[in-house]
Amino acid sequence: MSQNPFEGTEGQMKDLLKSIKSHRGEAGALMPVLHDAQNIYGYLPAEVQTVIAEELNVPLAEVYGVATFYSQFSLTPKGKHQISVCLGTACYVKGSDKILEAIEKELRISCGECTPDKKFSIESCRCVGACGLAPVMIIDGEVYGKLKPDDVAGILDKYMKD
Amino acid sequence: MKIINLKINGIPVSVPEGSTILQAAKLANVRIPTLCYLKDVQCVGSCRLCLVEATGARGLVAACVYPVSEGMEVRTNTPRVRKSRKTTIELILSTHKKKCLSCPRSMNCELQKLALEYNAEEDRFGTDHDIKPIDDLSPSVVRDNSKCVMCTRCVAACAQQTIGAIGPKNRGYAKVIGSPYDVSLAYTPCVNCGQCVVACPVGALYEKSAIADVWGAIVDPTKQVVFFTAPSIKATIGEAFGLPVGTNAEGKMVTAIKQLGDVKCFNMDLTADLTIMEEATELLGRIKNGGTLPMFTSCCPGWVKFAEHYYPELIPSISSCKSPQEMFSAVLKTYYCEKHGIDPKNLYVVSVIPCTAKKFEVAREELGGYTDAALTTRELAKMIKEAGIDFVNLEESTYDTPFETASGAGAIFGATGGVMEAALRTAAYKLGGTGAPLEFKEVRGTQGVKEAEYTVGNAKLKVAVASGLGNARKVIEDIKSGKKDYAFVEIMACPGGCINGGGQPYVHDEVRNTIDLKAVRAQALYDYDKENALRCSHENPAVETLYKEFLGEPNSHKAHKLLHTTYHKRDKY
Ligand code: SF4
Ligand code: SF4
Ligand code: SF4
Ligand code: FES
Repeated sequence: MSQNPFEGTEGQMKDLLKSIKSHRGEAGALMPVLHDAQNIYGYLPAEVQTVIAEELNVPLAEVYGVATFYSQFSLTPKGKHQISVCLGTACYVKGSDKILEAIEKELRISCGECTPDKKFSIESCRCVGACGLAPVMIIDGEVYGKLKPDDVAGILDKYMKD
Repeated sequence: MKIINLKINGIPVSVPEGSTILQAAKLANVRIPTLCYLKDVQCVGSCRLCLVEATGARGLVAACVYPVSEGMEVRTNTPRVRKSRKTTIELILSTHKKKCLSCPRSMNCELQKLALEYNAEEDRFGTDHDIKPIDDLSPSVVRDNSKCVMCTRCVAACAQQTIGAIGPKNRGYAKVIGSPYDVSLAYTPCVNCGQCVVACPVGALYEKSAIADVWGAIVDPTKQVVFFTAPSIKATIGEAFGLPVGTNAEGKMVTAIKQLGDVKCFNMDLTADLTIMEEATELLGRIKNGGTLPMFTSCCPGWVKFAEHYYPELIPSISSCKSPQEMFSAVLKTYYCEKHGIDPKNLYVVSVIPCTAKKFEVAREELGGYTDAALTTRELAKMIKEAGIDFVNLEESTYDTPFETASGAGAIFGATGGVMEAALRTAAYKLGGTGAPLEFKEVRGTQGVKEAEYTVGNAKLKVAVASGLGNARKVIEDIKSGKKDYAFVEIMACPGGCINGGGQPYVHDEVRNTIDLKAVRAQALYDYDKENALRCSHENPAVETLYKEFLGEPNSHKAHKLLHTTYHKRDKY
């Protein structure tokens, strides 16, 4: 179901089952369990959602519905380098959608996804307060401003190497 | 109980404390439009169509959830209310794929009706929707999210079935209703009951149509086409032609089918009788020989798939009888073909069923592929309209020989408790001889779970009947935990049984919210049973002939081969 292969370990599964056990029977157990799962795995793989659905006895559609509703949950793993493109009003007006498109093209994945080698993941964010630099993207905490689509390849190249 | 007095548009009404404005308005004969509210299914107050003005409330309130209070004055028809409703409808229309002319719900769509009533403009807020993919991989249910108005009535209906195959996903603008990830409904634990379909107010959910195939066979000179109609169709098809709910239109229906082309029309109540002969024999055999008990009925393919997903350990407890649809098709492709010298591959068998799950059943390999097409009540009505047949003014006619005669026991198969009662009539006769009781009223009625204990012959028989899979789950859990213990359990996936099946005519929320649809439709079948000269399956002369000429006796080797089947465990995803 998800494009990145599931690489969970036995230890992670043990932690997950422990969390499920401690919340089972509570009303609204799903939220805290998903929260723990997100912390244990860094994201919510399909396989993990299936285990949660079975163990808590709730339909998978409900687990998936909650996982895709709250922005605190992610369905894809984070890459080694996390790229975040600001789609706040100021950046958007200055063409940040074009920047995002250039990154997607360069890495051959869509916003919200992670490359198969787990090197990069892309997400979008709301205003980061650097409107003077619009359009802005952030890679591993470092801010790049006044971008043009043509700049993207060169910047990514730096990260490609390590 | 405390009584609350209030006025709605100046009309005084008194209702029990805790009633909603919507309930009170009904008593005052004031109509309030609804969309997300559906009695017995969902009450969430999310669509904001039922907004009204009420004293003591700030702003407009949702009538479907807002409780009445003493002295309250409600206004449902002020400029402010009308404007709010109009805007709400126009906002829905702005994201709706407005292809009304070719929509399966055109002229029968709740949104269309509301738009007309409130003078809504379809483009006031522009048209701003992406065309979303249509999921038509399921053999039963098609989902077209571009038509969805997000009322979540389907989600509630599916949750009530304790399946939860669909739900809201994503957030904000990207929100849609569907199965997890982009998995098609075909690869989920969906049992194909179609309760989501009959809950949907618009054309976002409909059955996978077999109409084109059937028309194709009718004009194919190499094919002989035979139809048979399930017990409940007679009690519901009239609705599609404007007849009141609960009208028995059997005679007109048979005439209409015969006017579709050169086709024969048979009576499936007859194989309901055949099912009883097989099933009652199987049950008495299990009781006598210490076989697995309780025995569960097997005529509902929605329930069968549910058991395969959720309770595979119960498979040995489920009767091995095929459903009446599959028994009929097997008999037609063997006995009937032999008798009339027809090559089975030239006989095209069409079943008319109240049920979307039976479309799935048609494709189950172990059943032998005897049924060529299954049409829902809605599809048959569509074909009748397409053929230009004036249904309401038709003369009545009778089914074709040799499969025309059936008992009232076969007819009540269409209502929850009907299979149980039919089986009890025959079991009572087999154990107690003539003079055995005919009516088993404790298993009638639309409650979700019914229990009874009968003495038949000198045996005591504890039975249970459940309709709706949420109720089925309760009964099964009680059996598994040892709390309850029965000999025979009837389960129907649809609440109320097949008369309320997922393939039955669409009934607007306005009607569903004010009558007990299940009960009114079921009454037509019980009346039909009462007036029938034959009341018991074992009295059916056509079934007798079938055993004499072809099958031997119930549960014979031949009967086993043709009329019985197997089940298997299924994964959920
Ligand atoms: S057909 Fe029945 S089980 Fe399938 S999605 Fe609809 S309500 Fe749920
Ligand atoms: S598919 Fe139909 S019932 Fe389900 S949410 Fe959409 S409009 Fe409502
Ligand atoms: S109760 Fe009847 S209509 Fe509903 S799924 Fe079962 S057989 Fe079909
Ligand atoms: S809010 Fe009352 S019907 Fe939807």
